[in-house]
Amino acid sequence: MENQFFVDSEHLSPEALSKKHRLETDPSSRKNHMEYLPGMEKIESDVCKNVMEHMNSFDYSKYTAKDVETALEHEICTIEDFKALLSPAAEACLEKMAQRARLETSRHFGNTVYLFTPLYIANYCENYCVYCGFNCYNHINRMKLSLEQIEKEMKIIADSGMEEILILTGESRSQSDIDYIGEACMLARKYFRMVGLEIYPVNTDEYKYLHECGADYVTVFQETYDTQKYEQLHLLGHKRVWPYRFDAQERALMGGMRGVAFSALLGLSDFRKDALASALHVYYLQRKYPHAEMSLSCPRLRPIINNDKINPLDVHEKQLCQIICAYRIFLPFVGITVSSRESAQFRNGIVKIAATKVSAGVSTGIGDHESKYSGKESDEVQGDEQFEIDDNRSLDKMYKDIADEGLQPVLNDYLYV
Amino acid sequence: MNNDKLVIGGHEFNSRFILGSGKYSLNLIESALKDAGAEIITLAVRRANTKEQENILDFIPKDITLLPNTSGARNAEEAVRIARLARELGCGNFVKIEIMRDSKYLLPDNQETIKATEILANDGFVVMPYMYPDLNVARDLANAGAATIMPLASPIGSNKGLATKDFIQILIDEIDLPIIVDAGIGKPSQACEAMEMGAAAIMANTALATAGNLPLMASAFRQAIDAGRKAYLSGLGRVLTRGASASDPLTGFLRD
Repeated sequence: MENQFFVDSEHLSPEALSKKHRLETDPSSRKNHMEYLPGMEKIESDVCKNVMEHMNSFDYSKYTAKDVETALEHEICTIEDFKALLSPAAEACLEKMAQRARLETSRHFGNTVYLFTPLYIANYCENYCVYCGFNCYNHINRMKLSLEQIEKEMKIIADSGMEEILILTGESRSQSDIDYIGEACMLARKYFRMVGLEIYPVNTDEYKYLHECGADYVTVFQETYDTQKYEQLHLLGHKRVWPYRFDAQERALMGGMRGVAFSALLGLSDFRKDALASALHVYYLQRKYPHAEMSLSCPRLRPIINNDKINPLDVHEKQLCQIICAYRIFLPFVGITVSSRESAQFRNGIVKIAATKVSAGVSTGIGDHESKYSGKESDEVQGDEQFEIDDNRSLDKMYKDIADEGLQPVLNDYLYV
Repeated sequence: MNNDKLVIGGHEFNSRFILGSGKYSLNLIESALKDAGAEIITLAVRRANTKEQENILDFIPKDITLLPNTSGARNAEEAVRIARLARELGCGNFVKIEIMRDSKYLLPDNQETIKATEILANDGFVVMPYMYPDLNVARDLANAGAATIMPLASPIGSNKGLATKDFIQILIDEIDLPIIVDAGIGKPSQACEAMEMGAAAIMANTALATAGNLPLMASAFRQAIDAGRKAYLSGLGRVLTRGASASDPLTGFLRD
């Protein structure tokens, strides 16, 4: 079933509705998505060119079962081998791929699984990304936490035992500016050992500032590497500028961040091509910045408030598992994160094969940790969620479940130096 | 044999097996140490940098010598800061310097390691630098105050054994410090071979973590290391690499 992304809210003014419809139906009403906006830093890099050449020429239908077997026989997985592992022909070899992936994971990570939790501090957004619950035309409760509220949330999370936090905002520079995010990072340093950021892409000097405030890890999802599809899904706002987003991780590393994370949102476009591009984005950037720590996420589309029909289309659990195994075999040294978008059953299985980091005690809403963690009804205003999660396990439950699988949950393996 | 001690920075040890700790379940540490007969265990300072719950330090018996490592350091300055933090955390004076500017192969940065060794040795640490086996670097490390030299056998986690065998042999022959082979040892037989060559000790982590039965593998390593050490001390017999030896001496024609 093709996704029906467009939903009109009765709360929109006639002018807003008319603009929304024009953006949706008339491509000429939209800005050039490949053109930088004023203030956006442009860096010299050939990473994008290398990634896109491979992606554009990737014909996965040409790979056979023999190619997949050959790929699995190679000790070092080449780019060509990786392409075979992503092809439909590899689906028949999924168990073999999983065995190999598990071997690589245990060599590089032993049996450790890292734990983290996201903290959304604001859900204001200036973009119209048609699949996202935070999009500016979606009628949801908007909220931005004050510093006091952020600290309260952090205390609750830290009291649960969590030591790594990922701070998120909607993409609104005006509502959630760099100073605000920097303050949040400084607070987070008081309560957590590791502070990551998943915010709108910024310039190198701004990443440098945020690093000085205590953040050391930057996650940016490219959503899709298919620029034409990207143009049709991100209709308005800064996020529409595809190349500025692509170079975000490189700017973050130039700004001094220790690590960066990458992902396509699987189900938006051709998932095999997006998986190829995501991994090659890591591959080429690692060659340029060999000291950097890299990780891949693998989110699939989820339902959002006001649109429960959104789904990951042809990316079923089997395909997701195939992608994750292929990532692990091609890039044995990178972290792989599997979020609470996936079911408890899937996450229990995939940590035994290839995933090295999972979230727990998750809320994608704003200011609702107290009610989520204690079950206590809150009389304070809360902001709505970005998407619906599937796996609701608390940190304690997740910790126990991982240990029961014979794995070692790790709350922190990190120093800010 | 009873007096055969491993001496590191003036401290004596009976065991020549140093255990890693970062890749397996915390509740296996104690039995692994026991079955390995190990007296030294490494741990990443960044992993010990945690709150009360599940601190790796709580799983290590008190009579075991801690060897904190500086993993996560990308240069000498960061390694020095991590080593000092280890001391603050109560991990003692030993430190294994690990400096990596490469997240893919985790190969050590020899130049930065020399710098950190000098600073930390002057600061009273027992410095055990992890390094790529290069004779000139090993000499510099010794001059900088290292207590041992820890060359890698092959890439960390690879279990490929003594890929750098000839170069490790040169270090054993030329450096007057214990040479402890670290990284890449995948099987007891490889550990045994390194000990036969004259290595002072073996450090292993992944080989145990990826084994089906960790304590059993720990005891297999213990025996292999003991066997290799005994063979080295006994003086290995002649091993011909090719052909046979003439029974009549070539110099038999010489007259008095």
